[in-house]
Amino acid sequence: MRLSRNTILTLIALLVIAGLLALAQAFMNPYLLRILNLCAVYSIFAVTFNLIFGYTGQFSLGHAGFAAVGAYVAALLTLSPSQKISNFFLKPIVPLLANVELPFLPALIIGGIVASLVGSLIAWPALRLRGDYLAIATLGFSEIIRILLVNMQPITNGALGLKGIPAYTNLLWSWGALAVCLFVTKRLVDSSYGRAMRAVRDDEVAAEALGVNLFKHKMMAFAVSAFFVGVAGGLMANLISTIDPKVFIFTLTYQIVGITVMGGMGSLTGSVIAASLYTIFLELLRPIESQFTIGSLTVPGIPGMRMVIFSILLLVVILFYRKGLMGTREFSWDWVVNLIRRLKSGKKTGSSGEVKS
Amino acid sequence: MLDIKNLHVSYGGIRALQGISLHVPEGKIISLLGANGAGKSTTLRTIMGIVKPTEGSIEFLGGNILGMKSFQVVMKGIALVPEGRRVFTNLTVTENLALGAYTRNDKVQIQQDIEEIYELFPRLREREKQSAGTLSGGEQQMLALGRALMSKPKLLMIDEPSLGLAPVLSQGVLSRLKELNQTRGQTILLIEQNARAALSIADYAYILETGRITLEGPAAELATNDAVRKTYLGIH
Repeated sequence: MRLSRNTILTLIALLVIAGLLALAQAFMNPYLLRILNLCAVYSIFAVTFNLIFGYTGQFSLGHAGFAAVGAYVAALLTLSPSQKISNFFLKPIVPLLANVELPFLPALIIGGIVASLVGSLIAWPALRLRGDYLAIATLGFSEIIRILLVNMQPITNGALGLKGIPAYTNLLWSWGALAVCLFVTKRLVDSSYGRAMRAVRDDEVAAEALGVNLFKHKMMAFAVSAFFVGVAGGLMANLISTIDPKVFIFTLTYQIVGITVMGGMGSLTGSVIAASLYTIFLELLRPIESQFTIGSLTVPGIPGMRMVIFSILLLVVILFYRKGLMGTREFSWDWVVNLIRRLKSGKKTGSSGEVKS
Repeated sequence: MLDIKNLHVSYGGIRALQGISLHVPEGKIISLLGANGAGKSTTLRTIMGIVKPTEGSIEFLGGNILGMKSFQVVMKGIALVPEGRRVFTNLTVTENLALGAYTRNDKVQIQQDIEEIYELFPRLREREKQSAGTLSGGEQQMLALGRALMSKPKLLMIDEPSLGLAPVLSQGVLSRLKELNQTRGQTILLIEQNARAALSIADYAYILETGRITLEGPAAELATNDAVRKTYLGIH
């Protein structure tokens, strides 16, 4: 098999990134590791939301619910039996789950599959709706999932949440999952299925008139998307090692929507960049919430101040990049090679014009 | 080829079609004429399975197609060029054409057919990598037509191709249809408001008024009919 230049470059880049992540895992402090892991988790959230909304045009607000399902399944499957006993002190856990303990990979995959099933189950009735109505219905379903988590005490431990989940997630897991997610999503949107999905986004009636099965393609987007959201939820549970239903309130969905819009609808590269920027910026903005002085003015610490700053940043991005940071463009090796060629030939003009095109 | 008998369609309380019957024979251009709200688009939507009729039958090539889903109707060999063109504006011209062949899975043949469409409409080849939203109205109509042809339809149905086009452009589209009919023997069901233009290329025509077919006949005959001349051709 002969590999093209781009494939070779991709493989080299993957190896380099994997090496760098392994180094980071060995030498970085836990705080920085946590941020890097969250970058990957939020990237998966944004990429999957992009698949449903950016590519298929279905405004679904169910992400928090899907993530919750994946997180709880993965957490329950990886918790050790003794931890389960100490967690479920109000009401004992159902006997079926009490002695289950699986390795991380099957737990993640099962979490993804269950999330995907729940996603499809929700999508089935909800996909009869369009636009805002679909958004409201999926948002409602997502809240139903959260309420169920609070009330199904023998399975989920209710509002107390689950603690002591083994912290299996490391950089290779999270970024590895992101790589798989990107690969699958990219292959899907570039296939004839993906073309049909984009046709559904552009004009449902015309797509239907061409013989595109609307329901099948929307469903496919939902199922694939919910699977990876579930996996990301599992990664999150085994990263922060304690989850409760409050983690998965609808503001999580709004954050994901914000990230995806910022990155660009229909750009996977944009989703990853925006998710990483979002996670890092929120941490960098932390000092704003404590007391600080500008000249003679002392600003008292206001909790939540960084969200205000972040909203302003989001507004600025949308004002100046109407289609998000990347629009619908993707990172490609051809672009990099062209850039290097241009820089070599010493043409300094035109580079700023290129970005905006 | 296509046989519609006694078709009734209601939207809520409004009776859009009140028992229409029409027949499209193979290799002919049949035109369905009528003013706004006469029920022309409803007829097409019912054939495509988007709207369910309350009564009547639709047969295609001797088999019933009523109650089928749109994609099944397309697979039977009917293609629709929807009103207002409705190309996929964010997809490239080539992608639009490829979507036309969605129900087929013979990759090599599809590639050849895309080439053939480009030979038919050279303007489209010039713009193959552009997104369809950047095309002019006339080019979009060509693309919508090419896209429909990609499914290799036995029956091509076109909803108001001249809508929103300059007269000279719409004349161009219609003469293309005539050409397709003559060179390939393409059967066409043409829906138009512009009766003069439609009658000039059609073999047979039906006139639809508020859900009923009030007049039918060979196109040449209708074009000289006094009532038609008065109401649709503006000749007094």
